[in-house]
Amino acid sequence: MKNQNMSPAEVLLVDDNPADLDLARDLLIANEHPRQVSAVTDGEDAVAFLRREGRFTSAQRPDLIILDLNLPRKNGWQVLEEVKADPKLRSTPVVIFSTSEAPRDIGNCYRLGANSYVRKPGNLQDFMAVIQSIGQFWFQNACFPRREEQ
Amino acid sequence: MKAFDAEILLIEDNQDDLDLTLHALKRENLANNILIARDGEEALDFFFCRGNYAERNFDAPPRLVLLDLKLPKVNGIEVLQQVKSDPRTKSIPVVVLTSSKEELDLVRSYNLGANSYIQKPVNFTEFRQTVKHLGLYWLVVNQPAPQGACEPAGQEP
Repeated sequence: MKNQNMSPAEVLLVDDNPADLDLARDLLIANEHPRQVSAVTDGEDAVAFLRREGRFTSAQRPDLIILDLNLPRKNGWQVLEEVKADPKLRSTPVVIFSTSEAPRDIGNCYRLGANSYVRKPGNLQDFMAVIQSIGQFWFQNACFPRREEQ
Repeated sequence: MKAFDAEILLIEDNQDDLDLTLHALKRENLANNILIARDGEEALDFFFCRGNYAERNFDAPPRLVLLDLKLPKVNGIEVLQQVKSDPRTKSIPVVVLTSSKEELDLVRSYNLGANSYIQKPVNFTEFRQTVKHLGLYWLVVNQPAPQGACEPAGQEP
């Protein structure tokens, strides 16, 4: 099924809710077998991870970022803005995964260059279905830019 | 014909690929309102409500645009560049669907703001499966920008 040029994807999950984070990670691994799912719990760590700064100097640059909006220290919009303004990071697709349904929140994400916006469902069954759809589309069908080795 | 409120805009000049994509979307009941543009110029007329689409409204964007890169008149990269650099059209989801295997096309597309990039599978069954997955994801799971979100820049959070 996978496109011939695809290797298993690296994913960065950014979410300050440990339950959501663990569940999303387990579901992604169970369904789509990405090579690695890394996780950070606030916006500053997300940016440090992506730039391989501080305690993240040996971090793998991800193929896909799944980003919550309401995060401590630096919110999701700020992370998104920094990613999309950085020539080294901007080609990395960012899927916003948030409980917010506010049109203003969604509109702002697209204005800042989000690749996709997926609403995080409150109940378990829908949550599972949505994570599966994210994995199915992005890991089975989409192409990512080649990771530069450093 | 008043095809102004298309749900999906398909920008494709290759008849075989067009037929295959339409067939796959119809099988999944995802093809209620599809508009086809066969070259980049027509696509831009649609996006920017010009020419045959002068009566279209910026407030009724398609939920999904599938964009081939090799197009007559104006190529797909140029279309993407124009659509993603204009605040009136920037938030419309554009998925590149191409046979190109060039890394340069892939990186350039994402850098210009393509929402995703898909290489057309050569195998018929896989092509159908890919169209099914992308249709379900972008038409059902993805939340589009709210209408009227295509406002002038300067309203950042």
